[in-house]
Amino acid sequence: MSLIDNINKAFDHRIRLGIMSILVVNDYADFNMLKELLGATDGNLASHTKALEKEAYIKVEKQFIGRKPNTRYSATKLGKTAFNKHIDALEKLIGK
Amino acid sequence: MDSNKYLDDISEIKNMMSRSSRFISLSGLSGILAGIYALIGAYLAYLKLTAFWAIDPTAYARNNSAPLGTNLILDLTIIAICVILAAIITGAVLSIQKAKKSEESIWNKTSQRLVLNFLIPLVAGGIFCLVLLQYGFTGLVAPATLIFYGLACVNASKYTLGDVRYMGIAFIIIGLISTQFLGYGLYFWALGFGVFHIIYGSMMYFKYDRK
Repeated sequence: MSLIDNINKAFDHRIRLGIMSILVVNDYADFNMLKELLGATDGNLASHTKALEKEAYIKVEKQFIGRKPNTRYSATKLGKTAFNKHIDALEKLIGK
Repeated sequence: MDSNKYLDDISEIKNMMSRSSRFISLSGLSGILAGIYALIGAYLAYLKLTAFWAIDPTAYARNNSAPLGTNLILDLTIIAICVILAAIITGAVLSIQKAKKSEESIWNKTSQRLVLNFLIPLVAGGIFCLVLLQYGFTGLVAPATLIFYGLACVNASKYTLGDVRYMGIAFIIIGLISTQFLGYGLYFWALGFGVFHIIYGSMMYFKYDRK
């Protein structure tokens, strides 16, 4: 098996890579926090979170804080494992 | 060519992990200034103390755990509060400026976590010091403030620049040493809050601020 096979296509984009990096070190992050940290637009961020949600790498919770809707994201166990594998693969490829 | 992209990916991951979990806009310069305020405060306190001893020489001969005159305590408390306020205001202003420069918001989850985790040991220590004063263990107040401040720094270091951890450990060490030299609390205070702040502040200033 070649090393490239371990590179996960789902993380092959700066925004998705950023979302996963934030969610593996924080228990959760809301939409605005992700937006601010990644410097992404609403639509852009929404499409990337949707893609990761589809892979079941992140979990989305919608709730209300007072009257404001708030969307909270957290990494699933599957997502964390997949992301760690991806980091390992990246490091091995650089180490070569 | 591809390996460059992987390298970028790795550095992006690292960057996002630290930026989302640590408050990195803490200003080194504010540490230096806090140290200078502390030295000024210690000097003023020293003047007050020597003036007090000049009036009442027996106070010095008495054991340090005897309660000092209440006026003196009040004066010293006012000096301490002024130093703390000046340090906090300077720290806040400089960190806000630094956050603006790097386009980070100042009151976000990371800074809230930093403040909260810094305050837990600090408030506990503050109350404990009031209790020491209540029972007249005046001599132990200086070591206790140094130790609790050190613990607060170690606790907060998980949420900001890692260097704060080593400063905290240094504070804990001199705090413990000062328990064996009870009459010299003021000198240890000056060494800790003054000199240590200046040393670690300049280290952080040259490492992070001047880029």
